[in-house]
Parts: sequence; C-alpha cells; structure tokens
Amino acid sequence: MNARGRLGGLAFVAPFLLAYTFLLIYPLINGIILSFQHVDLFGGGRFVGLDNYARLFADATFLRSILTTFMLALMIVPLLTILSLALALALNRATRGAAIFRGIFFSSSVLSVTIVTLIWRFVLAPDAGLLSETAQALGAEPIPFLSHPTWSLWALAITTIWWSIGLPMMLFLAGLQQIPGDVYEAAALDRASRWATLRRVTLPALKRTVVLVVMLQTAAQLQIFGQAQLLTGGGPGGSTRTMVLFIFETAFARWELGYATAAAEILFLLIVALTLAQYAATMRGSEADGGR
Amino acid sequence: MASLEIVDVRKSYGETLVLDGVSLAMEPREFVAFLGPSGSGKSTLLRIIAGLETADSGEVRLEGRRIDALPPGDRGVAMVFQHYALYPHMSVFDNMAFGLRNAGVPKAEIETRVAEAARVLEIEAHLDKKPGQMSGGQRQRVAIGRAIVKHPRLFLLDEPLSNLDAALRMRTRVELAQLRQRVDAAVIMVTHDQAEAMTLADRIIVMNDRRIQQIGPPMEIYARPANTFVARFVGSPAMNLAPVDLVEGGGPFARVKLPDGAEVETRVAQAGLPKGGVLQLGLRPESVRVVPEEEATTSAKVELVERLGERTLVYATLEGGQPVTAEDKGASAVRIGDRVGLRVDGSAAHLFGADGAGHHAGAAAAA
Repeated sequence: MNARGRLGGLAFVAPFLLAYTFLLIYPLINGIILSFQHVDLFGGGRFVGLDNYARLFADATFLRSILTTFMLALMIVPLLTILSLALALALNRATRGAAIFRGIFFSSSVLSVTIVTLIWRFVLAPDAGLLSETAQALGAEPIPFLSHPTWSLWALAITTIWWSIGLPMMLFLAGLQQIPGDVYEAAALDRASRWATLRRVTLPALKRTVVLVVMLQTAAQLQIFGQAQLLTGGGPGGSTRTMVLFIFETAFARWELGYATAAAEILFLLIVALTLAQYAATMRGSEADGGR
Repeated sequence: MASLEIVDVRKSYGETLVLDGVSLAMEPREFVAFLGPSGSGKSTLLRIIAGLETADSGEVRLEGRRIDALPPGDRGVAMVFQHYALYPHMSVFDNMAFGLRNAGVPKAEIETRVAEAARVLEIEAHLDKKPGQMSGGQRQRVAIGRAIVKHPRLFLLDEPLSNLDAALRMRTRVELAQLRQRVDAAVIMVTHDQAEAMTLADRIIVMNDRRIQQIGPPMEIYARPANTFVARFVGSPAMNLAPVDLVEGGGPFARVKLPDGAEVETRVAQAGLPKGGVLQLGLRPESVRVVPEEEATTSAKVELVERLGERTLVYATLEGGQPVTAEDKGASAVRIGDRVGLRVDGSAAHLFGADGAGHHAGAAAAA
C-alpha cells in the first residue's frame, strides 16, 4: 500500500483511536500510576511505591469486601444463567403471547438501578414491604431481608437477578433461533423425549452462549455497586459492602484516591484473571469437541 | 399387502390449500419418486407421511397399520433430510445410535447395526468424527446410515442429491440404487430433478398445483404423459406443444394441421379425441429432425443452436412464430439465422385436448 493509502486508512480509524486512547488507555495508565501514590483530591500526589497494595492486603474491610463480592457473584451468576435459559426456552416460540412476555421480562433491564432498588425496597422492606406483609398475613415470621447479614446478601442477589435477566434471556433466545429446525425434526423421528432433546440437541448447541453469559455476568457482577449502595448501604455491619462500594467509599468519603485506585486495580486484575481462566477452560473444552 | 397407502389427504396452511385430496398406494419394497416443481405439495406430502406435519383430513397407512395419529418416531419410517440435519455435537457413531438408544435397543445390537451400516456406507473410518469435520458427501452417508440402522419399513428421502456437486450426485445416485436393493423396505424420494426420478424410481408420482398429475413407471410417464403439465415437466428439453386443427378425414388416426399449414399424420386414434374444441400437438425434440429441404415436411428459422456433442438441439420458429425445438446430428452445420427443413415423426406425436388431457399412439386415450 502506498503512503497516501496508509494515511487514508489512518484517517478512518483516527476518531476511534483518539476516543479509545483518551477514554480508556489514558485513564488505565493514569490509574496504575495513581495507585502507587498517596494522593487526595486537593494537591498533588506523593510516590509511595507498593505501600497502598501492602495496606490493602492487611485491611480486613477490603478483604471482607472481596469475599462478599465473590459470594454475591456465586449467588447471582449460576441462578441468573439457569433462570434466563429457562425463560428463553419457554418463550422461544412465534406466538403473540410469547412476544409480549419477552418484552415484559426484558423491560426490567431498561430501568435504572435507582428505580430497581426502589421497587425492591417496597417488596423487601422489613416493616411494610410486600413480602413481610404477606408473611404476617399468613401468620409467619417475616424474613429480615435488609437487616440480617445473610438475608441481605440474598436481597441483593434477588434484586440483581430481576434487574439483569433480560439480556441473558435475549442472548439465549438468539442462540436458540440459530439451531436449525430440521435437527429437531430428526430428533422427533429418532424418538427423542423432550428431556433427551434438551440435553442432547439444545444444550450442546447453546454451549457457547452459556459461556458468553457466564463470562459477561461474572465480570458484571464482580462490579456490583448501585444495588449495594442504595438497598443496604453496605450493611448491616458491612456484610454487603462490595469491592466497588469499598472503592467508592474510600475515594469519595475518605478522599484516599491512591488507596482506592489500588483497590480498583486489584479488582481489575481479578476480573481479567477470571475471564481469561473461563475462556481458557472453554477453549480446551471445544478443542476436545473437535471444532464446531 | 400394500406398503404405504394414502387416502384422500388434504392439507392447507390457513387459507392456502397445499394438498387437495391426494391418494396413492405403494407396493412392498417399491421405490417411488415424488416429482414436481417447488410449491407442488410434494414435500408437504412427505412430511405428512413422516409425521412432521398433520393432514387436515385423510388417512395414512403403513403395511396395514394406520399411522397418521402416531408421533413421528413410532411410525416405522426413517427420513434423510435435504440438509442432512445431523446432530452437530455428536460423533458419527452417536448420530446413528441416538434413535436406537431412545428406542431402547440393547447396546450390543446398536453396535452391530451401526458397524454394519458404516461398513456398507464406507464411513467406518469416520465414526469418531463430528459432522463438522466431514465433507458434504460423507455427511450425506451418515444421514443415510442414521436411517438404515433403524430398520424402517419406509425410507423417506427429501431431495437427497440436491446438496451435492455434479460428480458426487452421479455417484450417490448409483449408491441409492444399490441401497434399495439391500434394504427390505419401501422408499419414497422427493425430487424436482426428473433425471433422478427417471433413473431411480420404479414409479414416478408427478405432482403439481396441490394434486397428483400422474402415477406411473418412468417410461410410461415419458411416453404417455397424462396432460400438458407432465408432458412439459418430464423430458429435457421440454416437449414441443403447438396448437393444431384436426383435419377432417376418414382414417382411423387423427391428422392435424400446424399453424404454418404443415400437416402431421399421427398414430393417435381419432375415436378417442374430444369432438370439436382446441387441440395441441405434442412432439418430443427427438421426433422433430433437421433434414435436407427435399425430405422436409415444414421449415423453420433457427434462433439458437446447442451443441451437446452426440447431438445438436436446434431452437427455431415455424412460419407464423410458433417456437419448436428440433434435434440434429452431433456434427450439425446449422447456424443461427439459417432456414432449415424439419421432418416430423408423426408416429411419435401426442395430442392434448382443451382440458390438457393427453391422447397417445397405440391405445385408447389415457386420461
């Protein structure tokens, strides 16, 4: 290619490269630099080496937030995957009713986290919430969803699943529609039961989608923040303080920017490591499968 | 006992009628081809037999047992799909074994049957492969193998050769012919390719416009087409059809006059023809020969010449604009724009009445 052609090509990618550099690369590098400094919002920083990281690994609050975050991800991701797959299987038909329900189940995804937590506060609130009223009407002890350390984790998980189910459901629906109909007809002629058809035809065909959903949701749920801040405020007793909430509090309540950035870098590395590990595991699996 | 019997099957999708009272009966171990253009209803009929579609009314019986209310897997039929429909995530062995496992066939028996089918189809070396690692022809064999291992009473083949390249198609055609010798079952093949139907089938069922147009052995379909549709659809290039007038006369056979004035003495019995009304003369290209001027019965202007090697097809127009396809020897000197003499072999001519029904030489009219 001649110089003119190269310049022309560069001109086409330049807008994206500029945006990418300034919005992603620059903050990423700046963040790494910041994490080696002692810095607050006023005045410059002071280089402290790995001091921030050393402090973090001795900080019980931070270590607990890692545990809390992973607990939440473990509660949310498998349930979310199974439920969204079940919904997709139920709604994968060309009827008007199915189209309406697809819309309804997807609609929660378009709400902002503020509205989602507000709605679930109405449902979960200990005194006048829907669940506690129902429990009381049935003469049962209401579950302390927002004031018990374990139950409040479940409150966050349920809220998050309700909020996030639309996208994985749509991904599964797209995956289901890729499966050619004649394979199901062949299965019908092969006397396959519904269960055998699901297990031997549908699920293997959805393997890639399952991997995608699990990877996306793991990365997303490790960054869980809004629900924790708005629904439980990290409580009771810090039991729902997630990593991002810890980072937020450190940066914008205690103004320790360097310390917060170091925590953010650790979260970043955790997400990258987990995603790569999942990817590697799947790749090995599909090689054993022999390609497609 | 008849193998497959279909009695007055009707099917419509919403307002659109796709099968209008179709009936047929197959002999045991017979190979039948459903031949017709797209939208003729032939695939729908196959899917009704397989149980993948439900007929609105009518009956389907296989060896005396009524099967139209049974689920597809319980009918005793096996199908080879047009796009193979193999299970992409299963090995070739599992693809063939899946149906047998679902039917509760013992493991040892499954292995015997799959091994036997793999041997016959020469895919033993590929049993551990996934369909994605195989060529189109190999996948086709797996699809056939999956049908064979079930020991069905009836094989259903949906356009089995349409996805193969020309060389492989010829080879697979031979293999299908051999296959039917080996299996103790009837075979139905859906195709829009008349050469496949002619070479493979014992009987051809020509379908068009929701109905069966004709049922018969290949040569009968070719030699005595029931109507103008069959006449035009079967045979390549298509039969010439020209409007003609019946020449009044006392002979036992009909004598007709082409628009350009040329007369043709047919061997179609005058007695069977409809009185009055319009007639069409049907002539296969091989019964219209290009000949020297002095032997000609009529002449035409050449529009297009197709040299096929052993013979030459000459597309021409008669005086008055009537198109006609004629045949010449392989080393033909005819060129576009030439005027050539044509000699019509009246003994091979067909006549069609205003209703399209065919009348042929040698016997009473076959309606």
